[in-house]
Amino acid sequence: MTRLASGGLLIDLSETRSFTFNGQRYTAQAGDTLASALLANGQKLVGRSFKYHRPRGIMASGAEEPNALVNMGEGARFEPNQRTTTTEVFDGLMARSQNHWPTLDFDIGAINNRLPRFFPAGFYYKTFMKPRWAWKHLFEPVIRQSAGLGAVPTDPDADHYEYFYAYVDILIVGGGMAGIAAALEAGRAGAKVLLMEQTPHLGGRALVDGVEIDGQAAVDWIEAAKAELETMENVTIRTRMMGSGVFDHSYAMGYERLTDHAPETAGPRHRLWRIRAKRILTATGALERPLAFAGNDLPGVMLASAVRDYATLYGVAAGRRIVVVTNNDDAYRTAITLKQAGLEVPLILDARPQASGSLPEQARALGIRVETGKGIATVKGYKTVKAVGICDQADTGTVLETIPCDIVAMSGGWSPVVHLWSHCGGKLDWNADNAMFAPDPTRPPLGDDGLGFVLSAGTASGELHATAALQNAVQAARQAVEETGFAPVPDTPPMATAPTEEPMQPVWSMPAKAPYKLRAKSWLDFQNDVKVSDIRLAAQEGYESVEHTKRYTTIGMATDQGKLSNVNGLAVLADALNAPIPQVGTTTFRPPYTPISLGAIAGEARGKLFKPTRKSPMDAWHDSNGAVWEPVADWRRPYTYLRDDETVQQAVTREILNTRGGVSMLDASTLGKILVKGPDAAKFLDLIYTNMMSSLKPGKCRYGLMCNENGFLFDDGVVARLSEDTFLCHTTSGGSDRVHAWMEEWLQTEWWDFKVYTANLTEQYAQIAVVGPKARKVLEALGGMDVSSDALPFMGFAEGTLAGIKARAFRISFSGELSYEIAVPAAQGQAFWDKIAAAGAEFGIMPYGTEALHVMRAEKGFIMIGDETDGTVIPQDLNLGWAVSKKKTDFIGKRAMERPFLQRDDRKQLVGLLTENPADVLPDGAHAVEGGKNRYGQENMIGHVTSTYFSPTLGHSIAMALIKGGAGRMGEVLTFPCEGKVIRATVVDPVFYDKEGERQNV
Amino acid sequence: MLKLKCPACGVEAEETEFAAGGEAHLKRFGPGSDDRDFTDYLFGRKNPRGVHFERWRHAFGCGKWFHAARCTATLEVFGTYSARTTEPPADIVAAIKARRPGWEGFK
Repeated sequence: MTRLASGGLLIDLSETRSFTFNGQRYTAQAGDTLASALLANGQKLVGRSFKYHRPRGIMASGAEEPNALVNMGEGARFEPNQRTTTTEVFDGLMARSQNHWPTLDFDIGAINNRLPRFFPAGFYYKTFMKPRWAWKHLFEPVIRQSAGLGAVPTDPDADHYEYFYAYVDILIVGGGMAGIAAALEAGRAGAKVLLMEQTPHLGGRALVDGVEIDGQAAVDWIEAAKAELETMENVTIRTRMMGSGVFDHSYAMGYERLTDHAPETAGPRHRLWRIRAKRILTATGALERPLAFAGNDLPGVMLASAVRDYATLYGVAAGRRIVVVTNNDDAYRTAITLKQAGLEVPLILDARPQASGSLPEQARALGIRVETGKGIATVKGYKTVKAVGICDQADTGTVLETIPCDIVAMSGGWSPVVHLWSHCGGKLDWNADNAMFAPDPTRPPLGDDGLGFVLSAGTASGELHATAALQNAVQAARQAVEETGFAPVPDTPPMATAPTEEPMQPVWSMPAKAPYKLRAKSWLDFQNDVKVSDIRLAAQEGYESVEHTKRYTTIGMATDQGKLSNVNGLAVLADALNAPIPQVGTTTFRPPYTPISLGAIAGEARGKLFKPTRKSPMDAWHDSNGAVWEPVADWRRPYTYLRDDETVQQAVTREILNTRGGVSMLDASTLGKILVKGPDAAKFLDLIYTNMMSSLKPGKCRYGLMCNENGFLFDDGVVARLSEDTFLCHTTSGGSDRVHAWMEEWLQTEWWDFKVYTANLTEQYAQIAVVGPKARKVLEALGGMDVSSDALPFMGFAEGTLAGIKARAFRISFSGELSYEIAVPAAQGQAFWDKIAAAGAEFGIMPYGTEALHVMRAEKGFIMIGDETDGTVIPQDLNLGWAVSKKKTDFIGKRAMERPFLQRDDRKQLVGLLTENPADVLPDGAHAVEGGKNRYGQENMIGHVTSTYFSPTLGHSIAMALIKGGAGRMGEVLTFPCEGKVIRATVVDPVFYDKEGERQNV
Repeated sequence: MLKLKCPACGVEAEETEFAAGGEAHLKRFGPGSDDRDFTDYLFGRKNPRGVHFERWRHAFGCGKWFHAARCTATLEVFGTYSARTTEPPADIVAAIKARRPGWEGFK
């Protein structure tokens, strides 16, 4: 155990937790992260690297951790790539290390480490090119096996997730002293505030950096501030919630982890907050940068701030003998903390020529040896640090002295967390003093009012010293308070004090003149295994844009999105290109800030809730009477109704023959029904439909076509004129919402002077088709309105009652049989269905599904929108020119049809097909070829099959096809190469059955 | 995610509540129009970096179409207004000019 007797701010030494890592049981303290618990148990080796399988350990203490990712949990709660540094330990936690075989300690894949020259930057593009077959069968499988991180979950996620919507005046991201001070300002002023903090506790770095606020230790001031905030009803504080993204018009996303630390708790695991804030304050602090020296990726090389965090927050000594290497004063805090905790700090290496600030002086006073102008040439050890070889920073890496140690605490300076500022277009300035990019407050992201809506606060603004950071945060909060219409409370702002710091000095390569051998072991991106040598190689090969270099070398493209590597990488690139850093610029920051669970993104939209299913009023009856369901747009409809041991094909055949020979019933409720009413209704429908609707007599029906302004057919259906000024327009099942919206669009945006109302009545009616030669007998048995051919002729409709239910019966037919489609109020649909079934029993009535409907319409050559049309077909192509009015001066699509290419004779036209072998059914979509090849060496194709069935009525297969110049090809035999064979078919009239239409008109 | 105010029902709502409908103030060319005009009507669309007029529909709200004057570069919204007009109304033009003094005006 390496737990310090002093304990830590965040842990409870009186309470233990038990967890396993690679099957071995360990003990943690309450409040530990998995990382602090592993370190407390002396487990430095935590995983293997992505490409070279190098041993890797814990480097950071927060969300920026690149190395220490693990597979968590098992079965339906398994999750890969979880950061140990942000995982709180709970009893029973199970973690396994990633990317090695067979074990973490002995990994065969580490052979890659011996072959780095085979894996240079862009190796995917350069190597394994030939022979071609080997890529697919040899190289790619091998690389895929050896590269990568965690395992893929195999079971559906057992947890549930939800969305939460919030509307606030001021959103504050980050619960460090800056965020807390800002929340106090905004809260006291009365603004509605949401403060979110990604860790379980407030306080941020102030807890470990020895900051005093208003004369109090930071931890006490934060406790008091938190207590005050909790009394304010207008302030909401959420911990374990990450500000994951900022989007247009001050929209923000929060990712709240509710039960990750306590999986047995009831309720959702993660909650995705979708927030509209008037102003967003990013109090997101800064991240420490690594230094690029050879061997900087070994387990035991850590960020200086992280080593300090583990000691102060968790009471964990990461090691016993720690060498600190830095280019700034802040890392001295780590040395001082560790020394005061009783650990050995044999040496501080400072790359700067001198270190005379108060922190270095304090370190010296504690007896710590400080070497300036020095750096690390090499780190000795393989699975853990054993010693460092020190050198002159200005030199090429000649080792002057070797110092034994077990931890290297490094600091290359700090970078403000500018992600959220940048997500929506906030611009950055290069701050040369601190070698960092910081928000440019004059170029913030802009909201719908053209004003900036994000303000950075505290260290995130680039104010690295506590005093200035807190002042900046208060000032930002006051600005946000004023901009959201509140008045700042005139109180004395809190004052932070901390030792002054001398300027840092940028160090992008250690030592400055490191030769290739050292550069090739100096890591920039630890998670994707990108080294200084890779970036230099990319530059040498001509990659000048930082965005291209990123993709070529994969720097910054791992799950940590380069939180530790971006600035170091682009500085190395700038150096290699001999260009200033701001000119090279940064890559684009994109949300989310850290990976969020797919479950949270899906929220409740899973399984049955993924998409609602529209159901007809008779849905339950179908479901309990053998329906095989088929999705039709958002609806589900019975494809067929299975009886006994029937196959689907047998059931469809039975339904067709029963309809043609007797009588059947169809649930047609899904058909769109749009009421169009008003003095200008007829004039309006003359423009919407290609046919003339104004000449339709009340009481009559007419089949109509709708085209878009390109002249292409997009919907069809029967229009009934209910009265002089009222029409009921039937649409396709999938088209009702679209057609209704289409009509509204024209009425609202083009013909807004028309006096017309529309209403989509689709779900107000149940519609049942009674179809077959005995259909009239069934209706007569129901009793009620006169359904004789005189009273209700073909293409007429009548209103009255049937079986005592108010009904409107249309004499329309999609099967070619005698057919009545009867609409009744939706609530009486099931009752009416039952009455038809009962009255029809003596005539052998049975329900039929969509497949029988399709076959019967194809036998009649009736088109189906979406089968015979594909958005490029005009009515004339489908032999429907008769339904395109020549008398009307205008309708939607008329002008387009005047275009020459829509009038050509060789357009693809609808034909029928009879296969040479009547038993052969052409595959849907089969292409006809006419011999010869095109310039790409492909068969010349002249058209394709649009509908194809075996017709039980006719005893042979039938098909419809769109064939180039089809109208002129009657009798021609076409060739269809199909899988495994060639089918030949004769071009015929697409109406296969009852060409004269005698059966429907009786 | 944009935020827009529907001028028909007065609700300020999320972009997901609306459906975008492309460029506003198109003049329809029907039968008898020449090929150039008709081609422009069908396919010719402005794609400015800056002030732009767009059609939107409050699809998951009151269902009404309206127009928005918006900056495509900054996403600033100068105003929304009724779709029953062939050009931006005076108050919208004034709002744009106040924010973009160099704007060439609607044409």
